[in-house]
Amino acid sequence: MTTITHHAPDALLAAYAGGSLPQPFALAVAAHISLCLDCRAAYEAHLATGGAVLETASTEAVSDGLKSNVLDLLDAPIAEKPVYQRSGAFPGPVMEALKGKPPRWKSLGMGVRQSILSDGRDGSVRLLYIPQGRAVPDHSHNGLELTLVLQGSFSDETGRFGVGDLEVADQTVEHTPVADAGAPCICLAATDAPLRFNSLIPRLLQPLFRI
Amino acid sequence: MKQSSPQISDLTAAMIAVRNDRDRDAFALLFDHFAPRLKGFIMRTGTGSGQAEEIVQDVMLTVWRKAEQFDPERAQVSAWVYQITRNRQIDVIRKENKPLPEELGEDPSAEPDASQILAVEQEAGQLRDALGRLKPDQREMVEKAYLGELTHQEISTQTGLPLGTIKSRIRLGLEKLRHELKELR
Ligand SMILES: [Zn+2]
Repeated sequence: MTTITHHAPDALLAAYAGGSLPQPFALAVAAHISLCLDCRAAYEAHLATGGAVLETASTEAVSDGLKSNVLDLLDAPIAEKPVYQRSGAFPGPVMEALKGKPPRWKSLGMGVRQSILSDGRDGSVRLLYIPQGRAVPDHSHNGLELTLVLQGSFSDETGRFGVGDLEVADQTVEHTPVADAGAPCICLAATDAPLRFNSLIPRLLQPLFRI
Repeated sequence: MKQSSPQISDLTAAMIAVRNDRDRDAFALLFDHFAPRLKGFIMRTGTGSGQAEEIVQDVMLTVWRKAEQFDPERAQVSAWVYQITRNRQIDVIRKENKPLPEELGEDPSAEPDASQILAVEQEAGQLRDALGRLKPDQREMVEKAYLGELTHQEISTQTGLPLGTIKSRIRLGLEKLRHELKELR
């Protein structure tokens, strides 16, 4: 395992533990935790704090029948939800978003591809595939963008990002990530706002490709 | 049930008995402890009494069904139940599944290390005491954060809660589990 040097900020882990993160960010954080023991420990420390809040919550009496109901149902059969395992570069939560299937790549030109996992009112999340030396077109942000490297690496004005590294960029960052030499860079990119591209041609392509 | 140490709390011992022996009496004890707290906790987010009880029922059933995932070397029972509860609330209220980190791949040891369990309990106890010592407005912010009522922009990590020590302890538990995984392979 390579050494992860870019981690999830603590407020993001707390919000993930508390459950307030929009779905696209929750997926990026869950995927990072799947790869990073440090952030898993920090996340579980937040769960411990949540546990302390629960433990000290004011109590409400439950109905008389609830306990016997639950005891009666203990061994009732239930439909098990499928558990998605890591597959290649994709950690479990990403495989779940892919519903267990390989990504369906769509070309963005210049060898760059994307596969949209979800796109809705609380943001979007997609996989990006960037051959070495290629840039993700320069873009600026309306909101927050989380980018998790799953394969290869990229570099931009703020540093180098390898497998497991999470880049957190907000509207104050104007950056141009370029895939480093070696295997194509695959990353998971989550935003809480649609991406805007600065250069003319990608802007024209925007509606077509849902960038 | 293994009497590994008389000092391990009743709740942890009950949860281990549910996990290892499918002990229904131990489960009943957990129900009596958690159900009223869960209902109070869930109703704080504005959920009505009836729906809160449905969630309590789902959470307690998950505690029974997923018991093999409980790892006392990393989590106190309350932390584990809290996680199940928030996930369930999100599923019910937002009608979407919260993405969860993948499990580490192997169920926790059936013969846990009592000293590590006690250390986790001790750290969690200190966290609870620290929560109790916060000023009321600060405490309310912490409670809101863990009820999912604050966005990540609104969450201040300057809460005055000593998360560093419990994080290091959990990290030890995680490393031990990962080490056991390697030995199995
Ligand atoms: Zn990390």
